Amino acid sequence: MNDARVRTGKYFMHGDHACAEGALAAGCNFFAGYPITPSTEVAEHLAYRLPKVGGTFIQMEDELASMAAIIGASAAGARSMTATSGPGLSLMMENLGLAVMLETPCVIIDIQRGSPSTGLPTMAGQSDVMQAQWGSHGDYEIVAYAPSSPQETFDLTVLAFNVADRFRTPVILLGDEVIGHMMERVEIPAADEIVLWDRKRPKSSPGNNGDYKAFLPDEDDLVPAMAHAGEGYRVHFTGLTHDELGYPAMDADTHHKLVTRLVEKIRRNADEIIRTEEIYLDDAEIVVISYGCTARSARRAVREAREQGIKVGMLRLISIWPFPEKQITSLGEQAKAFIVAEMNLGQISREVERFVSQPVTGVHHAGGAMIPPEPILEEIANCQRSIANG
Amino acid sequence: MPQATTVDKHPLDEIIREDRMPHIWCPGCGIGIAMRCYAAAILESGIPVDNHVVVSGIGCTGRVAGYMDLDSYHSTHGRAIPFATGLKLANPDLMVTVFSGDGDLAAIGGNHLIHAARRNVDIKVVCVNNFNYGMTGGQVGPTTPYTARGTTAPYGNPEQPFNLPSLVGASGANYVSRWTTLHVRQLKQDILASFTRPGFNFIEVLSPCPIGFGKSNDIPDGLEEMELYRERCLLIDNGEVDLDVLSIDLREDKPIYIGEFVERDRPIFECVKVNE
Repeated sequence: MNDARVRTGKYFMHGDHACAEGALAAGCNFFAGYPITPSTEVAEHLAYRLPKVGGTFIQMEDELASMAAIIGASAAGARSMTATSGPGLSLMMENLGLAVMLETPCVIIDIQRGSPSTGLPTMAGQSDVMQAQWGSHGDYEIVAYAPSSPQETFDLTVLAFNVADRFRTPVILLGDEVIGHMMERVEIPAADEIVLWDRKRPKSSPGNNGDYKAFLPDEDDLVPAMAHAGEGYRVHFTGLTHDELGYPAMDADTHHKLVTRLVEKIRRNADEIIRTEEIYLDDAEIVVISYGCTARSARRAVREAREQGIKVGMLRLISIWPFPEKQITSLGEQAKAFIVAEMNLGQISREVERFVSQPVTGVHHAGGAMIPPEPILEEIANCQRSIANG
Repeated sequence: MPQATTVDKHPLDEIIREDRMPHIWCPGCGIGIAMRCYAAAILESGIPVDNHVVVSGIGCTGRVAGYMDLDSYHSTHGRAIPFATGLKLANPDLMVTVFSGDGDLAAIGGNHLIHAARRNVDIKVVCVNNFNYGMTGGQVGPTTPYTARGTTAPYGNPEQPFNLPSLVGASGANYVSRWTTLHVRQLKQDILASFTRPGFNFIEVLSPCPIGFGKSNDIPDGLEEMELYRERCLLIDNGEVDLDVLSIDLREDKPIYIGEFVERDRPIFECVKVNE
């Protein structure tokens, strides 16, 4: 393998390495992190690679510092990221809220393991799904993608950087230990085939009479343009509730307006952010919903059920947040039953229940071992019998 | 007849956000004095104002970032140093100063403080030490003297305080000093000098907090504490100092050592570059 920033070619590649390569291909030039299984290989790979392409790698003293450092780097104009697992993600929640409030783009890689607490450091889990959305205090909307293969880990890491910059928001990649530690074919495209989205930048030049305001959004997408430290705009960024200039404003109206915009910024642009894959959904009476490593088993189960003549399809969530509620609502108009397969005790099941009136059954496991196709296939057969029996 | 002159602009207006005045600090507080020294040092530095960046944490001193007309970042409680570290490494041309309080930097941010000193990352830290948590109303903190009173230690502080210069010096900072808000010339000169002293610079500034700390510890107004600094401060100017003697108890009749305690030339943290 060569030392170019974009290692164009076909490889048999480790999932965590594919993540690091995706970051480099997306123009990541700053990484701060703290070692934690099963994400450490992302850091190790970038510790080797970033210095060769002019980027910055720093190992911080903990995850609180890692998250603070990537926000600081982003404020100075870097495309920055960190990588962690559940226990580290918990520590990052404090400054994830800061990144939301300061509208500083950054990418957080979470290679999930069995949780809660120290849990199963070397074994997979998918139980950080709700924490990703709700872990920091306050109202906000997060963006999170869940890859099902090393190739998709590469692709979605690029997308994560793009969405972060496009919407001035932190983006989480919700990987898992199975995908992170799996070796599979990864094809890295030519550098000029990788589409990069730009961070929105001030249109007016700096100066005391300039009309630039760091938190004044454009009306169409609610995203403000971002000036970087050292450019002369003399911005003020604060985690306090602030006005369009960035100045603290301790009143209920400003607070409501700001927090509503931060939430609406993601909701209004959800169609641009959401990614799903549909398999056999056209005439499906039973819909299986799954994501990450579990979607691999679900795909096999759905294919085998189809071979048995069962009208089943699958919606694979490539993005988890914002939740594809429109798509699921519309599936509710055709389907008779929903099954959610996930390596936790029902986090997305409960979310699906919010949008459909049909029964939602879960194929759940707390984590530690990948859910095989059999229990999913079994549940499909159960649903089929219920439908047949009216 | 002497003529009254009208001054349209204060010399520091160029780098103070006038539209953010009045500030939140109490009468007798020393934070504004320390901020003024920083502002004056910036204007004298010869470094373009737009290259200066200030990062603060949370608390009374944390509000400094909001008042300086610079690129200014008011981060989370205790995290100003790692935030500043990211900023500096992403753009090494910037002159990055962290301005925050003792509770922010040494309690909730204590781990970051010692690790940044160990790394000897090239940022400047001005730590205003007022011996308590002022913004939340006078609770004891990591620098509150043993047995001093605070709202969370109504019977006296049962804990021993940090000696900050000793802590940061032992951790590896290139430069450690201490002044008080009475020593405005020395403080301004020291901040100014820090801009050309490579590596992690830590400047502790003792400050009155008559409302938070003073009133429960028999130093009820700011001027009285300034008087106490005037009487008791002892300048160490030979560069030889036992860091252990630097602990402070304002209530004891013994010297408060000020001056430059550590100046050395350890390697500075720089991100690794590999050219092949």
